[in-house]
Amino acid sequence: MTIEPIHQFRLDNLFKIAQIGDHSIYFTNSSAYMLLTVVLTSVLMIGGVAGGKLVPGRFQSMAEITYEFVAATIRGNAGAEGMKFFPLVFSIFMFFCVSNLVGIIPYTFTVAAQIIINVAMALLVFFTVLIYGFYKNGLKFLKIFVPSGIPIAVLPLVVAIEIFSFFLRPVSHSVRLFGNMLAGHIALKVFAGFVAMLGVSLGAIGWVGGIAPLALTVALYALEILVAFIQAYVFAILTVIYLNDAIHPGH
Amino acid sequence: MEPAAAKLIGAGIACIGMGGAGIGVGVIFGNYLAAAIRNPSAAQGQFGNLIFGFAITEALGIFSLLIALLLLFVPLA
Repeated sequence: MTIEPIHQFRLDNLFKIAQIGDHSIYFTNSSAYMLLTVVLTSVLMIGGVAGGKLVPGRFQSMAEITYEFVAATIRGNAGAEGMKFFPLVFSIFMFFCVSNLVGIIPYTFTVAAQIIINVAMALLVFFTVLIYGFYKNGLKFLKIFVPSGIPIAVLPLVVAIEIFSFFLRPVSHSVRLFGNMLAGHIALKVFAGFVAMLGVSLGAIGWVGGIAPLALTVALYALEILVAFIQAYVFAILTVIYLNDAIHPGH
Repeated sequence: MEPAAAKLIGAGIACIGMGGAGIGVGVIFGNYLAAAIRNPSAAQGQFGNLIFGFAITEALGIFSLLIALLLLFVPLA
């Protein structure tokens, strides 16, 4: 028997939206899950605060906790001025958190396992930092490339490294989330495949022996739920830290 | 050497890089835990830094994993 750990990431065209020249634009299963993510997030946030009570119920508590969580992250890492970017950071965090948690359900599609989604988000953050940094600070924004307290002899080297790492940010920002999601889901599929492989090749002994990889799969699944949340949080906190460079250049 | 065999060997070699990231992540969480036990009241405030350091370190391991996955699953041109 064959195991196809990559099969779960396949894009299926659901229906055609438009035709531009030779290119057909399709509504794919990825689009469907992105839409589902947005709907779920909207239902949680709008539904949560619709009945706004002084003593929150369960639903309202969830909405308030997520708000407070992101707000505390921004205040802690970018100061009170960072709060003007709250809608951006909150949207990014909720999009990836909800889509990762939806994607962890078996037979669903993981949006963040397609690198193009993450690259689009990372480039959005990158250009927001670049444009807002120059808009707010003018040429003083370039100070982020010149760390203070560096001996003049090594300064050119440090500046070169800083510039290089600045332009590598969208790469590492997007590949981190993509790699984690892809690797996690492949690992789950591979370990689950061990159970079936043992059973098919060894019969009854194999099914009993399959308990070990099954237990491992369950443990990995729990880890993946944690990773799904942590990676969304990491994406959001890196967004905040990069935005902090634009708000307060010169470290 | 067969190209397919070379790809598999290359994927295995690429995964060695993840060992370094594993050491790095261990150092970060170990030091965080050591510091948190010394001064539990300050631990909560450093959680953001912990996750940031973890993310930066882990990315490098993910890069090597990415190379391995590319070698394994992208067909030869």
